[in-house]
Amino acid sequence: MIKCSNLTKVYKNGDVETEALKGVSFKIYKGEFVAIIGPSGSGKSTLMHILGALDVPTSGKYYLDGQEVSQLKDDQLSDLRRNRIGFVFQSFNLLPRTTVLRNVILPLLYSGISIKERDKRAREVLKNSGMEEEKFYDRFSNQMSGGQIQRVAIARALINNPAIILADEPTGNLDTKNSHLVMKAFQKLNKKGHTIIVITHEDEVAAFAKRVIAIRDGEIEKDSKN
Amino acid sequence: MIIDLFKETIWSLSGNKARSGLTILGIVIGIASVITMVAIGQGAQNSIEKNIQSIGSNLIIVSPGAGRGGQVSAGRGSAQTLTLEDSNAIKSEIPNITGVEPENSRRYQITAKGNNTNTQVIGTVPDYLIVRNVKIDSGSFITDQQVRSSAKVAVLGSTARDDLFGENTNPIGQSIRIKNTDFQVIGITQVKGGSGFNNLDDSVYVPLASSQHYLSGDNFLSTIGVAAADQNSMSAVQQQINDLLLSRHKIEDPTQADFSLINQTDIISTVTSVTNTFTILLSSIAGISLLVGGIGIMNMMLTTVTERTREIGLRKAVGIRKIYINLQFLSEAVVLTFSGGGVGILLGWIASLGLSSFLQLSTQVTLSSVLLAFSVSAGVGIVFGFYPARRAANLSPIEALRYE
Repeated sequence: MIKCSNLTKVYKNGDVETEALKGVSFKIYKGEFVAIIGPSGSGKSTLMHILGALDVPTSGKYYLDGQEVSQLKDDQLSDLRRNRIGFVFQSFNLLPRTTVLRNVILPLLYSGISIKERDKRAREVLKNSGMEEEKFYDRFSNQMSGGQIQRVAIARALINNPAIILADEPTGNLDTKNSHLVMKAFQKLNKKGHTIIVITHEDEVAAFAKRVIAIRDGEIEKDSKN
Repeated sequence: MIIDLFKETIWSLSGNKARSGLTILGIVIGIASVITMVAIGQGAQNSIEKNIQSIGSNLIIVSPGAGRGGQVSAGRGSAQTLTLEDSNAIKSEIPNITGVEPENSRRYQITAKGNNTNTQVIGTVPDYLIVRNVKIDSGSFITDQQVRSSAKVAVLGSTARDDLFGENTNPIGQSIRIKNTDFQVIGITQVKGGSGFNNLDDSVYVPLASSQHYLSGDNFLSTIGVAAADQNSMSAVQQQINDLLLSRHKIEDPTQADFSLINQTDIISTVTSVTNTFTILLSSIAGISLLVGGIGIMNMMLTTVTERTREIGLRKAVGIRKIYINLQFLSEAVVLTFSGGGVGILLGWIASLGLSSFLQLSTQVTLSSVLLAFSVSAGVGIVFGFYPARRAANLSPIEALRYE
């Protein structure tokens, strides 16, 4: 369902050109749990931005469920992100001074769905991402621990039932215990059938996935099963 | 969708009550001070103009003695150059006049029934009522017959009546004594109010001839008041009076005139220019306050947007369309400026009312000040709240998320 053909990305900074991606091609199928691993500067973040429709490649094609993404306009990309992709970032995942529930239903804003329905869905996805205790739902984002924040972010990522969940270094700011909690949550979701792609530079994190794509200097080094 | 927008706006604004509050405060202070200051200026202008209007309509005052340019008050010249014949000549020879009142006025000690007061006694004719815009409250005013016969009658102003006989009494038929002569009270005038420009309520009126015979002992007049028929004829009438008196007094050189003329319009414009300066001063102060308030608003808005760039990035990343992000920030700016504006206008209005009731300061809230203050504040708020947000919304989500 994800098909990347010869993706390249060149950044221009004045006269200096940086090739972040030098022709990356791969496929990811529905229900896979993939870790994309690589050191800093390997191009993994750039790849994630393209996969998440946050950026467009300089050349090459990116197909998501048969739709060619690189030609889409701003509003169409927005719609795509909202409906088909769920993000979990390393930091700044939640809106500040906003409750957990309101954060989770953020992607449903302006959708015309009733408040009751939004609430129902929010509670459902929160339970699915390991936040069962309802006492947290009215808490503000700054009153939560790192691990709790990430799980709320996962819930938000799920609310529109996306095709893929993209996590960019989701455990980067967490201690070992919380990292485990978060990665276990991903595993549980994957068992339910969600497609999960995690970007990381740590082997321990990649170990939780079923497939590992190693990337270095803008190219795929290795693509193997765990 | 509107409901969502509204809710997001309220949620955002109340999420940072301190910042929203400070922004609104800047707007409120700016607007309220402009409205109040201008109201004070306008009120001052109104009350002074009303004061001047009330001394008569289309009034020209002839005073004896050489005129000094720019005399504002009806000065009583010490020279004695105006006579009753001058006054009669004016009345008979000059067209477009509704009344002429020659006056012989001086201050005297007056006694009545054990009370006494020191006040001005105005010896005059029936036309006084027309020319000086005075009305009778009870009894009657001086008649031509009484002037001809030097009748010993008097009309009291309301304050003089209060001082001599007690407040709100009716002393008609009773006597007052001025300079060893008894005058019978035949009328009381209506309250005119005012101060400065001769408080006519604290006056006693007697027939002109009676004043000349029994009180001052001479035939000269303190002033002659002339009421022109209308605004347009005033300058012509003034010129004609000037020419007439110059020829009657056999004076060739106008600069050597032994009398002076002031008209009400001159007085009004002199005073108006003073109040205008006053209003400009107040408005400038208010303008500065508005400017500072505006800078405060601008500062608040820009800081807010800068701090929320990452939030904008996150919203974009989860797929909220650019237009909704723009609308949200626009809506926040509008709600802030309009609610601040509303409170500011209300506060300015209340402050103006408070000043007029507690400090006896006349105020009038003007629509133009309200509109000006509101549009400046709203303009600043919306421009600086919306356009920076629009710029942030145009960033790519990654750039916005990375923003420090």
